[in-house]
Amino acid sequence: MLELVFFMLAAIAVISALGVIVVRDVFRAALCLILLFMAVAGVYLLLHADFLAIVQILIYVGAVSILIIVAIMLTRDARKGQPLGNLKYLAGIVSLLLLGVVAYGVINAGFTISATPPVEPTVGPLGEKLFGDAGYLLVIEIAAVLLLSAMLGAIAILREK
Amino acid sequence: MLTAILTLSLQHYLILSAIIFCIGIFGVITQRNVIKVIMCLEIMLNAVNIALIAFSQYIVPVALTGQIFAIFVMVVAAAEVAVGIAIIFSVYRNRESVDMENFNILKW
Repeated sequence: MLELVFFMLAAIAVISALGVIVVRDVFRAALCLILLFMAVAGVYLLLHADFLAIVQILIYVGAVSILIIVAIMLTRDARKGQPLGNLKYLAGIVSLLLLGVVAYGVINAGFTISATPPVEPTVGPLGEKLFGDAGYLLVIEIAAVLLLSAMLGAIAILREK
Repeated sequence: MLTAILTLSLQHYLILSAIIFCIGIFGVITQRNVIKVIMCLEIMLNAVNIALIAFSQYIVPVALTGQIFAIFVMVVAAAEVAVGIAIIFSVYRNRESVDMENFNILKW
């Protein structure tokens, strides 16, 4: 049963990722991107990462896609779309080669799978791991500074001279 | 053989992540619209998150290290989109275009 769900989600994700590239109209490509984000959130749920699935929907489906759609709306000739650049054969060969190498490595690597069952509601354990002793407090501070500087940078870049 | 392929394992998620990542790389190289390039970057970041969470689930299911890394990847992705779209707007203001051909202001 879970396998069926996984393969359906994987098919939706791969097809919508291809759609982002193939669809000429940029707005429809953005809608394909939203579908991809939803499918990835479903994959997270299959992996028992409930908090991250919700965060994925909040941040990517809610915020990032809105930013991208606003960017499409505000740039004039963006809607009509263009053909692929002249690098497409080289890019296809490079990405297929990379996919082959990674797939070969993944299939032949001997991962030591842990036998313990996963923690089911991950919100509490994630909070304890992030903010508890020997946690990631410094990294969280750095992430906060990064977000603040990104916000100030975006404002500074866009300000009228 | 078929049941080995059909039962869900870590490799399934990693290969799904690799496929989506390679689609993203293809898009980043070939697209000529800058907004589409940013969309393909987001695809690549999502693929990386799938791999991180799959590793977290199958190898360290209690320590949850991969999920914590995925949270920070999301933070960096949000910052990257905000700054990237600001740069697109500021170039668009000067050049009236979102084609990659016109994003050559940093060339001497």
